[in-house]
Amino acid sequence: MQTQTLDGGFTQPALQAATAFRSVMEAMARPGTIRTITGAAPPAPASPAAGAVLLTLCDTETPLYLAGACDTSDIRTWIAFHTGAPLVGPSACQFALGSWADLMPLSDYPIGTSEYPDRSATLIVEMPDLNQSGATLTGPGIKDTAMLSLPDAAAFQANGAQYPLGLDFIFTCADRLAALPRSTEVC
Amino acid sequence: MTDYNFAYLDEQTKRMIRRAILKGLAVPGYQVPFASREMPMPYGWGTGGVQVSAAVMTTDDQFKVIDQGADDTTNAVSIRSFFERTAGVATTTQTAEATVIQTRHRIPEQDLTEDQILVYQVPIPEPLRFLEPRESETRKMHSLEEYGLMHVKLYEDISRHGHIATSYAYPVKVEGRYVMDPSPIPKFDNPKLSDCPAIQLFGAGREQRIYALPPYTQVVSLDFEDHPFVASKADHPCGLCGVEDSYLDEVIIDDAGGRMFVCSDTDYCTARQADGFKGKDAA
Repeated sequence: MQTQTLDGGFTQPALQAATAFRSVMEAMARPGTIRTITGAAPPAPASPAAGAVLLTLCDTETPLYLAGACDTSDIRTWIAFHTGAPLVGPSACQFALGSWADLMPLSDYPIGTSEYPDRSATLIVEMPDLNQSGATLTGPGIKDTAMLSLPDAAAFQANGAQYPLGLDFIFTCADRLAALPRSTEVC
Repeated sequence: MTDYNFAYLDEQTKRMIRRAILKGLAVPGYQVPFASREMPMPYGWGTGGVQVSAAVMTTDDQFKVIDQGADDTTNAVSIRSFFERTAGVATTTQTAEATVIQTRHRIPEQDLTEDQILVYQVPIPEPLRFLEPRESETRKMHSLEEYGLMHVKLYEDISRHGHIATSYAYPVKVEGRYVMDPSPIPKFDNPKLSDCPAIQLFGAGREQRIYALPPYTQVVSLDFEDHPFVASKADHPCGLCGVEDSYLDEVIIDDAGGRMFVCSDTDYCTARQADGFKGKDAA
């Protein structure tokens, strides 16, 4: 158990975090594209991609909410050792990790304020599958249209309707990730 | 390379900047506050751009820095060597080869691609600042989408000069929502902001703001129906490469009123001269 806690982080934190961040940034800047992201091995059921996102973005300054099946003692201690992120409930979190069903309801998360829309949560959604089909996306970052297998199109339409407020999403599946910022129009 | 962490900044600082960049990309044109660090160069020399570049850079990148279009001015040379020393990153002066381009006050003439990131150095990120000095008020104006004051400013330009005299840092509206300062690029460059395949990131070190334009974002320069936006430049061809449609610098060459107009983008001009193009002042 202890090796599992201590292992699974970046072996070269500065270099691997830089590469991982580029994947996250490209995904967020181009909604609908799928990137690979490697270097992390968090305890199950968290995916390597979700682990790498946490290592790249979370630290003692970012309250994190572990939803449902992701809220295990193995994951808690792994996050405590590798990031030091304080664990909180959904209403106080800056990042949240879990499956789509476990993360519900979306109304619990901070969506920012009209003067500071950046003070909103980013949800890391563990997906059973991730591919470029399903919902049609348009908006900033997308040349014409893009497709992404979203868990629930209506929820993202409601989120987008709050623009410039709203939540941002990172979808992870094994070592791949995609993202959906609030600016994207889903249909 | 063991004297510093990769790309100079400590990891916690980079995470903080990276989170700000992601929020900036999610709300295009909105200025995200960030805890800007003191850098080993004075404010006004690109500390915001340097911090953003440090946060996005990887070892595989080809890094280019331009200062008013030029690769060989003090600011560009010193920032390039800063990252050569602290990140061991490869540098280039060729726009086409670069993957990360840090710029002060220009967008390269050559079209950017999807594989590139353009990082702007921004002195005053708030487009409304000279109209309303209070941050609390400008924030409220952005939140209420209250941009009438900016149009009054452009109108006053017209009433005083007969045309919109603002020639750089020309305000733009992003995706029909936020009015944004494109940094002091000449308004000639404004059309390139819109529908650009590259990611555009803006860093203001002293003012502690980061904002961003994802690729293919719609960016519109503010104007009036009867006074439409015009991307103006000096009405001359380049003296060295003869090109008609690039942005030009006016250079005084003697004390008898002699002057020449040359491309501000040195890489573009050099490449054209190497291809055999010659202007009237070419040696």
